[in-house]
Amino acid sequence: MAEAVESPGDPETTTSRPLFAGLSDISISQDIPVEGEITIPVRSRIREFDSSTLNESVQNTIMRDLKAVGKKFMHVLYPRKSNTLLRDWDLWGPLILCVTLALMLQRGSVDSEKDGGPQFAEVFVIVWFGAVTITLNSKLLGGNISFFQSLCVLGYCILPLTMAMLVCRLVLLAEPGPINFMVRLFVVIIMFAWSIVASTAFLADSQPPNRKALAVYPVFLFYFVISWMILTFTPQ
Amino acid sequence: MAAVDDLRFEEFGDTTTSLEANPDATTISIEDPGETPKHKPGPPKGLGREEDDELLGNDDSDKTELLAGQKKSSPFWTFEYYQTFFDVDTYQVFDRIKGSLLPIPGKNFVRLYIRSNPDLYGPFWICATLVFAIAISGNLSNFLIHLGEKTYHYVPEFRKVSIAATIIYAYAWLVPLALWGFLVWRNSKVMNIVSYSFLEIVCVYGYSLFIYIPTAILWIIPQKAVRWVLVTIALGISGSVLAMTFWPAVREDNRRIALATIVTIVLLHMLLSVGCLEEHVLLHPGGVMAQSTCEITGGTKCEQRSLASAWVSTVLLLQKTELLEGVVGTFKTNSISPGM
Repeated sequence: MAEAVESPGDPETTTSRPLFAGLSDISISQDIPVEGEITIPVRSRIREFDSSTLNESVQNTIMRDLKAVGKKFMHVLYPRKSNTLLRDWDLWGPLILCVTLALMLQRGSVDSEKDGGPQFAEVFVIVWFGAVTITLNSKLLGGNISFFQSLCVLGYCILPLTMAMLVCRLVLLAEPGPINFMVRLFVVIIMFAWSIVASTAFLADSQPPNRKALAVYPVFLFYFVISWMILTFTPQ
Repeated sequence: MAAVDDLRFEEFGDTTTSLEANPDATTISIEDPGETPKHKPGPPKGLGREEDDELLGNDDSDKTELLAGQKKSSPFWTFEYYQTFFDVDTYQVFDRIKGSLLPIPGKNFVRLYIRSNPDLYGPFWICATLVFAIAISGNLSNFLIHLGEKTYHYVPEFRKVSIAATIIYAYAWLVPLALWGFLVWRNSKVMNIVSYSFLEIVCVYGYSLFIYIPTAILWIIPQKAVRWVLVTIALGISGSVLAMTFWPAVREDNRRIALATIVTIVLLHMLLSVGCLEEHVLLHPGGVMAQSTCEITGGTKCEQRSLASAWVSTVLLLQKTELLEGVVGTFKTNSISPGM
């Protein structure tokens, strides 16, 4: 059949020979067996995969997702140029982190006579709407990252700041004073820099080269605001 | 039979030299987009400086339209339509910010930097940064004032962010809308040579707010005199950027209306800066204005004192805007006085 296949890319070289003209010359004789089995390996694997996840135990399902989330946490903590966060994005990690952060940051009671720290909903809204705004900004500037991939990266890179919040909470159990504040300031600054480095490692490649700074600056502002909220947290 | 010399391209030289040689000649100058537009020193007899502006405006807009190509051709419900508003590179944003910080008389911010490519990146993120800068510096100044007091319980006032955000975003979008509507209305009555699109006005206002970001950060210093000096400098710079941008758009008009427009622009800008300062100071119970007396006597006296100071600052700054008017008027007379 090789002679019948003309390369379709250069029609100017074909003369008057129509495509697949040689097919009419081929005849199937009786002694060539034309039977067999056509199997598409991928399809059978998927079918096998589907039925197995339906029948597996709940623990397996949960553990699989948790392992994926944990693997991404490791990628954030040791930022290397890898595509894992972008390729298999999920929003479980950002949700867990955001809820943890908001629970720890909320003020104890709703006392309206003095403005206190943010409520749970305020932190939640800031994190998610901030991430959406940054994603929209990077897409409008011409980045080629998808919406949810960017949300995934930004959400996962809150992990260092959540760890800073835990440390601050522990440090605040000690007596207040300038040393207390300096320790918290130091921890928050380190974690803020870590977040920026981690998210830039994943996000900067998706931007056109002459607009990288324009896309990274809102990320900086976002993590700065979250760090500020963590640093100024005072327990009631 | 033409000689070879006749076919050679004849250098006509610069417009100024040819005008000196022949003051009656009409000269058309087509400038490179990279050059800065200068007010022509010796306009020919006839239309005077309106012709200059017309030539400047038409040439620049023709060139930039040719260069821009197929801008804004997508319908407004597609994503690509909004991408055209973010079609700026990093160096362009930096150039525009620099232009808003250094107002040079005679250089129009829109003509020089925006050049038919208004962007929404600058206004949006400058406003966002300003909101957070005001909130954070307010918290910090509050904290520093009460540093050392044992009984003071620091609260991060979070509600301030939403108030500041509302004020600043409303200013950055509603005032350009009103100004654009006003300019369109005046354009229908008086044929103005220079007219700006809505996005260009939003762009100018957004970039002119950039000076307030370092000002807000420096407001942490608790000295009242320092704060007033800072806000006056910021108002002067951004007010002059705005005045110089909009003066060519209204000077064809009735002189009173033109002056009233410029004064209103600067006044609104001043209200914003004074309002930000007062909000920074008022809503913080430990602010400079309310150091000892307000904590003792309570809220009403604080408000009275700060309202009085707002009024005083309004009067002072009105005098300043008259000074600004005079300065702008001097530029105007300078530009039309030829060598006669």
